[in-house]
Amino acid sequence: MIYTMLIEAWSALVANRLRSALTMLGMIIGVAAVILMLAIGGGVQKQVSDAVSGLGSNMLIVTAGSGRQGPLSGGAGTGASLRIEDADAIAKIDNVAAVAPSTSLAAQVVAGPVNWATQVTGTVPGYFTVNAWPAGDGRLFTDREDRAGARVAVLGQTVADKLFGANDPMGQTVRIKGVSFTVVGLLEHRGQGFGGQDRDDVIVVPLTSALRLLQGNAIRRSIRIISVGVASAAALDQVTDDIATLLRRLHRLRAADQDDFSVANLTAITDTLSTTTAAISLLLAAIGSISLVVGGIGIMNIMLVSVTERTREIGIRMAIGASRAAVRLQFLLEALMLSLIGCGIGVAVGTGLAMLAGRFIGFDTAVTVFAVVVAFAVSASIGIFFGWWPATRAARLSPIEALRS
Amino acid sequence: MPPLLALDAVVKDYASEAGTFRALHGVSVEVQKGEFMAIMGPSGSGKSTLMNIIGCLDTPTTGTYRFEGTDTATLSEGALAKLRNAGIGFIFQQFNLLPRLSALANVALPMVYSGVASGERNARAQALLASVGLADKPRSRPSQLSGGQQQRVAVARSLANNPQLLLADEPTGALDTRTGVEVLGLFRALNEQKGVTVVIVTHDPEVARATNRVVRIQDGLVFYDGPPTEAALYGHAEATA
Ligand SMILES: Nc1ncnc2c1ncn2[C@@H]1O[C@H](COP(=O)(O)OP(=O)(O)OP(=O)(O)O)[C@@H](O)[C@H]1O
Ligand SMILES: [Mg+2]
Repeated sequence: MIYTMLIEAWSALVANRLRSALTMLGMIIGVAAVILMLAIGGGVQKQVSDAVSGLGSNMLIVTAGSGRQGPLSGGAGTGASLRIEDADAIAKIDNVAAVAPSTSLAAQVVAGPVNWATQVTGTVPGYFTVNAWPAGDGRLFTDREDRAGARVAVLGQTVADKLFGANDPMGQTVRIKGVSFTVVGLLEHRGQGFGGQDRDDVIVVPLTSALRLLQGNAIRRSIRIISVGVASAAALDQVTDDIATLLRRLHRLRAADQDDFSVANLTAITDTLSTTTAAISLLLAAIGSISLVVGGIGIMNIMLVSVTERTREIGIRMAIGASRAAVRLQFLLEALMLSLIGCGIGVAVGTGLAMLAGRFIGFDTAVTVFAVVVAFAVSASIGIFFGWWPATRAARLSPIEALRS
Repeated sequence: MPPLLALDAVVKDYASEAGTFRALHGVSVEVQKGEFMAIMGPSGSGKSTLMNIIGCLDTPTTGTYRFEGTDTATLSEGALAKLRNAGIGFIFQQFNLLPRLSALANVALPMVYSGVASGERNARAQALLASVGLADKPRSRPSQLSGGQQQRVAVARSLANNPQLLLADEPTGALDTRTGVEVLGLFRALNEQKGVTVVIVTHDPEVARATNRVVRIQDGLVFYDGPPTEAALYGHAEATA
């Protein structure tokens, strides 16, 4: 009986093709928005977790505070408050597994006839450990090379591509601010960072070389960032506090003075990102649910019209023995079919949009089975909820009155 | 054993803007199982009104209608639907076929509601169509059939669930004499072989002559109730009743 009624419901919808299609529009938009929302939300989350794991887990970042020039204060990292001695001291704190001070500057890098503007990072070998960033080819520089201020460089993939193209960069020379460095290694591919910046667009050189040669003033020995690897996630908070206490003491700050450094925890960064993601998802969810409700009301409206138009049909069905339940079921099935077909089209449209969005934003927006199941479940509920009243009206008709209409 | 149908002082009022109109003024009729009878009377006398009440499509304003001894006023909606579905076959004055369904689907529809499996349903619907001479038209929509053919589809549909009571409101009105005779022969056969009780509304004395009992109605009252005598058939019943 259900099968027969499904066929009948289908033919009733086909009999009013255009009307059925227009009625589905609300469902289509609503479902597409929901699918898109879940896909983007999932994509952003994956992006965040990839970025975080790429940074190395259990990592703290100590940055220099704002530099002071009279009453003016610059942005974070502009000050010269961090020194290599600070890094050495931090290394002695309990639960600190690795410490990597680093500095960086923008520079035009030249290799033969080619040049490329990129970021040069000067750091110690521990940097690669803390950031969980191994060499993809060749080798990383050693502690000895660092202490000696050797002119060796490790290239990010993008820089290698731009400067050497298909050629092997190993053993080649690159000139940074007029100083020649020998390429000894190539870093593994890293992809995008939080802000969408290309993390492979970088050259890493020993800290000593960077400070001495690039800033031209080794005596300042000031650095911008100290990356700190912590032994376990549980110790993160404790180490954060310890570093703050230590640095305040080393920098001889009085109780009233502000910190001239900051210690950032990755969870803080992740939190900000999740909040942003949640806001986007909420917006899409709102659009989605409003369209779904509007779509549901559209279905209800069209079903009420349909019941009125088909009063005589209902009368005939009752006269030959359709129970009220059977009449209600018939109209509920029609409403359900409208909402589910609308949902199917909405899923297709949403998937298409998610793929497009993925292209534009530049990360994976996968439509999951879960999202599709949720979309169908919600649509089914809407079909039943908004189809109930029209179906009940049809079922309540008196056979003889309906026959006479 | 109670009579199959027992109407007692049935009154039917229709409410309209102009006030209420009394279509039946207190009709009392009993019909035994296996009867083959005709209801006659002028147009507007209340025949269809009476048939609708007997067919459980409408309810009396006052008075009682018992089906197999049970007061239909006490039956639930579900029980009434079941009665309309399988107990009573109704052939309407205006056919009342579903325009979107094929002839076969129309005939099969009562069996959809009684839960007959689709294979059996279609086979039986096809056999019923054949029995009314429409074996070659199962796919046709009602709009593609002539009036007489639609009438025959309606007859086939009324027989779908083997009802024990067949109500026919002018079943031969749209038929030529030959098909009319055929349909009537079908009713007769059902009546004699399967004991189906048949009630036919007709204006045609020849149709009524084939029955065993004539009830004449005028202005909502039973006017004559007896065998199909010439006087009864031609409306001079007042002289003989
Ligand atoms: N729904 C209704 N509302 C008001 N009056 C009605 C209604 N249905 C029928 N009537 C009136 O009741 C009377 C009986 O109608 P009914 O349809 O029973 O006549 P009938 O005997 O079947 O006539 P016919 O032979 O033309 O079919 C008529 O006068 C008709 O106008
Ligand atoms: Mg009539």
